This record gives sequence, structure tokens and C-alpha cells, in this order.
Amino acid sequence: MSDVYITGIEMIAFGRYPHRTPASLGAEAVLGALDDAGITVHDVQTAYCGCVFQTMVGQKIFQQIGQTGIPIANVSNACATGATAVREAWMAVRTGDYDIALAVGVEQMTGMGMLGAARQASIPIEGLMGSTSMPATFAEAGREYAAKYGTSFAQFAKVSVKNHHHATMNPKAVLRKETPLEMVMEAEMIAYPNTKLMCSINVDGAAAVVLMSEKKVRELGLMDRAIRIRASALASDPWQQRNPQMPDINSATQIAAQRAYEMAGIEAKDLDLVELHDCFATAELLHYENLQLCGAGEANDMIDSGATALGGRIPVNVSGGLLSKGHPIGATGVANLYELSLHLRGQAGERQVEGARMGLAHVVGLGTCSAVHILEKA
Amino acid sequence: MTDTPASPPLPAASYIHLDGPEPRLSFLKCKSCGTMFLEPERLACARCGSREGFDAHEPKYEGTLHSYSIVHRSFPGTAVPFISAVVDIDDGPSLKGNLRGVPFDADRIDGAMRVRIVFDDALGRRDADGNAYISHFFEPLAAD
Ligand SMILES: [Zn+2]
Repeated sequence: MSDVYITGIEMIAFGRYPHRTPASLGAEAVLGALDDAGITVHDVQTAYCGCVFQTMVGQKIFQQIGQTGIPIANVSNACATGATAVREAWMAVRTGDYDIALAVGVEQMTGMGMLGAARQASIPIEGLMGSTSMPATFAEAGREYAAKYGTSFAQFAKVSVKNHHHATMNPKAVLRKETPLEMVMEAEMIAYPNTKLMCSINVDGAAAVVLMSEKKVRELGLMDRAIRIRASALASDPWQQRNPQMPDINSATQIAAQRAYEMAGIEAKDLDLVELHDCFATAELLHYENLQLCGAGEANDMIDSGATALGGRIPVNVSGGLLSKGHPIGATGVANLYELSLHLRGQAGERQVEGARMGLAHVVGLGTCSAVHILEKA
Repeated sequence: MTDTPASPPLPAASYIHLDGPEPRLSFLKCKSCGTMFLEPERLACARCGSREGFDAHEPKYEGTLHSYSIVHRSFPGTAVPFISAVVDIDDGPSLKGNLRGVPFDADRIDGAMRVRIVFDDALGRRDADGNAYISHFFEPLAAD
């Protein structure tokens, strides 16, 4: 088993690119990651591509940048797609089979709207048997937490205030404006308690990462810029009574987090920053607890006290999160590693978490899966 | 005017049965661990993995609200607002459905209210062949 390092990583600015293809967006991210690592397409020995809405995008990317005949596999795992691609590449290097592997995640979502796809039946069941829209699904997850711990509408809304504020310092985020609490709470109500400003934005985007074995990192003299992957964990949903009537976003996250902490041999208190899956504002608070950033029922205090804001005890989503950066599904799980890498290298500019040495990235996809990665400055 | 007799309504979900005087619910219940499932057939139990098979099980027609959202914007063509609810059925599984007969105001909704399960026409929705459907709905028990 080899330790695995990130030596090159790139995320393109998320936004709307209606005249481009997923392959073109992905290729831009891959070239950036290769440049960052100081290698060429000829050095890449295997590649994994995450994309949900298009097929064979990995091959199409290499058709843009150089077809070298390497093994390429495409993966799809809902919102954990990009993270799953990274994990596959990580395994390929960790086993010793490859010294240089690439993972890329990409999605083109312009025009798809934020609600998700309606489920087909002989008659439409949306609004007949409740809602399967994403805002409602995550509202129900949040209401479950609120019923237990008294979380208020305002406390959920503060997540958007915080993450949108962080995004004002991130030139690659699609939404970069301050949204005071009243603005968030008074925005169009989509599915109570999620207003429009509490829903993530479906945009186009891509991110890519170059992984190398320890031997290769030393051979190329890249250790000074390398980031060690301390843990890569993936979990599926264990049986739960209400799932899938009420998709369970908690259990898979809890399992993936526990596996990641055990693999890394660390605890949540050792982390300097976290990028977690804030697809809706209601979700973020649940994950504070799921990722062991706080004890049971303490998420309300975490958001009220500013503990998870930049400068707080454990900054969460300093990139602006999915709520402001945007959420191109296949790219999201690679993009959060990009954000961690910037901080661990001290290159995050205005939003830099001072002295960051260890970070955690989390995604959860309905269906259900969750991936957690822990990165450390090498 | 032609006088073709309307064909009888169809169940809007596979666990709704219209073979008696009143609509009824029937779920699969694992012979090994008793866990209940909504789908009409399964190869094994998702909870215990048993392949012993399943019994048909009719639950009580009451339950407890577990979570909900007041939906103000949904897929195009869907009438709003409505309340999407998850209910834990007494002696049954959890079920999603519309909660009706309560105000669209979170301050006036008891998040753990007792509900009854009722059946009604599927909001006038018809399939491509013009068939009507019967769906389940949740109503507050306290409204009596
Ligand atoms: Zn069983």
C-alpha cells in the first residue's frame, strides 16, 4: 500500500456555459490539474471520470487533450459522483498498480432547474403523495432535526447568510453577494423552510485532480506542494425504517465519516476546515452532527455562535459551499477537494483559513451514498 | 350524448387495494424480522437479508406525523401550496403523502400530530386512457 498524494488540482469557475460540452469543460479542468502538477497527458496512467447526465465523458475528455490508450472508467454516484471518481483513482494508486492517476468530475446543467427530475408514473404523483422535489426532500430532513432540537427557520437561514458571505471572497463561485438574514428569509418560499436563497444553484462546472504515489512524488520532487490523502471513505445507506420514503442523508454520512476518521487516525477536533454538502441550507446543520463537528443537538449553537464561519472554531464551507459556489453534480465532489487544497497550500487568498493543516470534504447523494475525504498538508 | 359507463378507478400506488367495499392498504412484511415494505414484490429483506418470504399485512389507518414541508413551488403544472408529509403508520411502515385539512402555516402545525389515513380521488388526475385513480391522504385526527 502506498500513501497517495494530490500533486495537481484545478476547478474551473462554475457558471453557465451553454455553448460548450461536458468534455470541453472537463478537459479545461484536467489541463489545469496537469499543469499544476507539472506533468503532461502522457504521464497519466489511468483516469476516472464522474458525470451523472452524460455517458463516456472520460474518453471524450481525452479525445480533446490526447488519446494515449490508458484505462479510463466513467462513474456515476448521484451527488457523490466526483468524490467516487477520486476514490477510484486513489485506490488505483494505493494498491501500487499505478503511480499517476487522474480523477475528473464534470456536469453541464444549464436550464435543468433546481427542483430535480419528476418521477414518472401512470399519473404524476407530485403534489398527490407529497413531494419528491429536492427542496422539499431536504426541508423534511431539516424539519426532522428541528422537531428533535428546536431548530428555527432563522437558524437554518443563517447557513445561507454565512456561506453567501464566504463566497464574496471566492472569485470562482457563481453567486457572490451578501444576503442578510431578512433577505434570505423573505426570498421566495420554495419548500418551507427552504427559501430560494437556501437552495443550491445548478450550474455547469468541472474539477480535476492528479494523484501520485509517494515514490512518484519524491521522484518528481513535488513533496513541498503535495497534499496527503489521509482518508477516502465511501458508504451506502444502511437499512432505515423511513428510507426511501424519506431519503436518509444522515446514516451514510455518519458511516463514511467514522470510517474516514478511523482511517486517518484523527478526530474531528483535529480538523482546521470542512467543506460539506450544503445542497440546501437545512442540510448543513444536520451534517455538523453527522460529521462529529458537534454533539447531539448542538448544531443550533454552532450556527448562532459563528463557530462555523471563517475565523470561527471550525470554518465550514469557506468556499461559499454549494449554496453559492454552485452544484454541478459530477464536479462537486472534486471541487471541494480543490478548496481544501488551496487552504492547505496557503493559496486561498482573502478567505484563507490561517495555518490550515487538515481538512475534511463531504458529499452525499440521494439513493443513497456518502463520501468523506480527509486531506493533510504533506 | 353517449352513455358509456365509467371504468372503475385504479389504485394510485401498488400498496392501495380496491378489491373490497373500502380501499385498503397492504404491505409486505418480512417473515423473519417483521420489517414492512411498500413494493408489491421483493426477493429478500433489506433489513435482515432473509429470503424466507413475506406476508401481506394490513396496518392501522392511523399514524403519527414525523416530518413535513409546506411546498410552495414544485415541478411545472403541480398545484401549490400543498403539504408533503412523512407519516409513521401504526403497525405499518412509514409513508409519504399529502397532509390535508391543516393551514399552510408552520406555526399552526403540530409537527408530531396524530393523523388518519383516508382515501380519495387522485385530485382529478387521469392517465392517458382517461382512467381515474384513488390515492391515500393524511388528515389530522384532532379535527373531529
Ligand atoms: Zn427481514
